[in-house]
Amino acid sequence: MSYDTSKWEVVIGLEIHCQLATRSKIFSGASTAYGAEPNTQACAVDLALPGVLPVFNKEALRLAVKFGLAVEAEIGMRSVFDRKNYFYPDSPKAYQITQMDHPIVGKGHMDIELENGETKRIGITRAHLEEDAGKSMHGSYHGMTGIDLNRAGTPLIEIVSEPDMRSAKEAVAYMKKIHSLVRYIEISDGNMQEGSFRCDANVSVRPHGQKEFGTRAELKNINSFRFVEKAINIEIERQIDVIEDGGKVIQETRLYDADKNETRSMRSKEEANDYRYFPDPDLLPVVIDEAYIEQIRKELPELPEQKKQRYMAEYELSAYDAAVITTSRELAAYFETVAKECGDAKLSANWVTGELAARLNKEELEITESKVDAEAFAGLLKRIKDNTISGKIAKDVFEAMWQGEGSADQVIESKGLKQITDSSAIEAMVDEVIANNPAQFAELKGGKDKMMGFFVGQIMKASGGKANPGQVNQLMQKKLKD
Amino acid sequence: MMSQKEMKKYHEKTIAELSTMLQAGEVTSVELTQYFLNRIKAHDGRLNSFITVTEELALAAAKDADAAIKNGTAGPLTGVPIAHKDIFCTQGVRTSCGSKMLDNFISPYDATVVTKMKQAGVVMLGKTNMDEFAMGSSNETSFYGAVKNPWNTDTVPGGSSGGSAAAVAARLAPAATGTDTGGSIRQPASMCGITGIKPTYGRVSRYGMIAFASSLDQAGPMGQSAHDCALLLNAMAGFDEKDSTCLDMEVPDYTAELDKPLKGLRIGLPKEYFGEGLNVDVEKVIRAALDEYKKLGAELVDIELPNSGLSVPVYYVVAPAECSANLSRFDGVRYGYRCENPVDLMDLYTRSRGEGFGAEVKRRIMVGTYALSSGYYDAYYLKSQQLRHKISDDFKNAFEKVDVIMGPTAPDTAFNIGEKSDDPISMYLSDIYTIAVNLAGLPGMSVPAGFVNGKPVGLQIAGNYFKESQLLNVAHQYQLHTDWHRAIPEAFV
Repeated sequence: MSYDTSKWEVVIGLEIHCQLATRSKIFSGASTAYGAEPNTQACAVDLALPGVLPVFNKEALRLAVKFGLAVEAEIGMRSVFDRKNYFYPDSPKAYQITQMDHPIVGKGHMDIELENGETKRIGITRAHLEEDAGKSMHGSYHGMTGIDLNRAGTPLIEIVSEPDMRSAKEAVAYMKKIHSLVRYIEISDGNMQEGSFRCDANVSVRPHGQKEFGTRAELKNINSFRFVEKAINIEIERQIDVIEDGGKVIQETRLYDADKNETRSMRSKEEANDYRYFPDPDLLPVVIDEAYIEQIRKELPELPEQKKQRYMAEYELSAYDAAVITTSRELAAYFETVAKECGDAKLSANWVTGELAARLNKEELEITESKVDAEAFAGLLKRIKDNTISGKIAKDVFEAMWQGEGSADQVIESKGLKQITDSSAIEAMVDEVIANNPAQFAELKGGKDKMMGFFVGQIMKASGGKANPGQVNQLMQKKLKD
Repeated sequence: MMSQKEMKKYHEKTIAELSTMLQAGEVTSVELTQYFLNRIKAHDGRLNSFITVTEELALAAAKDADAAIKNGTAGPLTGVPIAHKDIFCTQGVRTSCGSKMLDNFISPYDATVVTKMKQAGVVMLGKTNMDEFAMGSSNETSFYGAVKNPWNTDTVPGGSSGGSAAAVAARLAPAATGTDTGGSIRQPASMCGITGIKPTYGRVSRYGMIAFASSLDQAGPMGQSAHDCALLLNAMAGFDEKDSTCLDMEVPDYTAELDKPLKGLRIGLPKEYFGEGLNVDVEKVIRAALDEYKKLGAELVDIELPNSGLSVPVYYVVAPAECSANLSRFDGVRYGYRCENPVDLMDLYTRSRGEGFGAEVKRRIMVGTYALSSGYYDAYYLKSQQLRHKISDDFKNAFEKVDVIMGPTAPDTAFNIGEKSDDPISMYLSDIYTIAVNLAGLPGMSVPAGFVNGKPVGLQIAGNYFKESQLLNVAHQYQLHTDWHRAIPEAFV
């Protein structure tokens, strides 16, 4: 961040487009599977042939309601589909079926954890059902543009937040939280490379203390967490520059160019489309009742927030650790297995969020792709707990396990990493180190406590890290009194 | 002993009669089909009622129908030839909707109505002419040229199902399908002296029927008699999971109530349908028909539909608004007309649509686009929706007092070709009595009730929701006692 945060306040709202995990499209029977040959998954309805009609896929409704319940939102008992009119080749009907005045999900919220450990509540304005567009493919068709309508009609929910975020980091935290939730409750695969999860960011700046929002720019179609952060920050800087140069930010839609790390104008408000929304006469209002909602409520798994609270109560984890572990259902399941097997939840949490998370992150792997499974990982922690190895040695053992050298016990055995607990062996090493460093020992005896660290370090080194540090300490104390 | 020539006057027969003859083996479907194909060839040059004649397909389907009759799997409509309005998608056959925009469009699928007719063994003779995208009341907006009224070829047949009406009136087809958004079955039926019914909205699937105004469009049969319409509606009606606005209700046998006596029937006469603007001679014909109903034991009750004056203005907001979105898909990108050598996307859009659509279609797209525009939506579209409810409420109140509502289908008989083409408002007013029925979603019929200066006059019968059986019964009883519906224009005898 290279802007003056003491002077400028940033206001951000996100519109997240999340593909719902239905097998067929929202208004047709065509498959939603990713990666098919262009236009092989576009039926008569998707092609908008003359005379075809949309039929609403009820599975999309179920998934949208599930989302609404998970963010404790009001559920629209009577939601209405509208037509949003605009011409573009990848929009075959030249209107998008969406929900305007009566969305399926109303006001809800999502809590995010800030870096300072506090929790912040982000308001969710609404979430509505709509269909995705197709894809224009430029370049490779003898100077013409190709249209792939496989994606046209893919079900989405657009999740609109309140302008509650005050930094790019908060925006990313919120987006990650939503991303984790939709996968948690299994309404979306959340695959960002395939476009299943992407967002538009509304960004504005204002001097601290100013009540009114500044004029916002809408950054379109950002499909990674990293880009969201970069795009927002670069846009903040641009807007501040404009204002500080005496100019005015204009309301417009901008595109983030990741290669150049800049945003550029797509269209201004003046040239914005008048979408002429009106209720789609081909579709009846979607009316649901309490029984339907209750049915879906029963299908909800334990939500991240509930899980987090449980971990804090049951395992006495810190809010931060609990939040990190509950970001994904798979990670939480991994953690619970480790904690149960090794019998030490705190140790498990430290290692899962520490060594394991770092390693996964480095290799860009999901927890489900970890090369050390939960049982094996618990086996490692057990050996820390029973003092077979120290925490430091455990890191080496973990490394070996990751490289496929076997279980914790196998690695400890084959590499001879077992901690030395034989007092006489340790005492011999203690004596040797004292004998080799008489001056330092005298200083220690003379009251220079800092020298204790030196001796423990030397002894551990002499033992190849295998001496039990507790025993080393005990023996040193004994030698001082002698 | 009848002469050979007299015996072969199949065009004087209703579908009900032809059905009996087919079942009895007195005629084959191939013979019938060839007979009507010959009539189309001989006479349609004077009418222009067909856009496409599907001779080969028709004869092949007729052959199949004959086989079905032979092996005993035939239904009442098996082997009966009819024509489809060119608004219904027909697989492998050009489906133009009367527009240059779709002149090159061969549909890859069948509309549900077409599928149902095929399943019933009906043989398609061809596709009938129509106002472009069903927008018109005279069949003059067709890209394929105006259709002429068989009763007087200087006059229009009405619209938008003008081709279907003219073809049936001239007996080039024993019956045809039509669609009715603001009167497009009833008004041409009236002007051509045939019987047509627009069912309750949602009774017949709209899938594959090229949309004009989705909340108003409804398909129905156009034939020589109420009995024929009942037989055809039996095949057309019913739930279709491909149309979300199609109602999942059991389809009754529409012929079952045809013979019910009318004693005690309460007929409502809206004073608004007998006021200013109604041709006095047309009124006389209608009054005479009402006298006939009195003789049949019906009771005439004066009623009011106080909001009916709003129908035309409300319709000309709602229908254009919906059509402005419905017709956006015709963009020159995937099918249909594309302009020559577009220089960029905007050029492709503007010229393809500018060149592909006719004047009336463009007028309505512009009106509808305006009505939906930001800042005007509330004043036009929303207001119209509110008024639409009021119009529906008028009928609801009326049907508490009466069983059916009657009046003229149109204020006048067929007008001359060209007479109103430059005056859209006066053209729109020819649907003044039919439009309210669409806005309310009710079923309505037009039944031949006589002539003024040799031009047919239609009696409109509107009923409560899903009372098609009753409408058909009321029409059939009248037709048992009159023979207006059996009249054939001199030039086509």
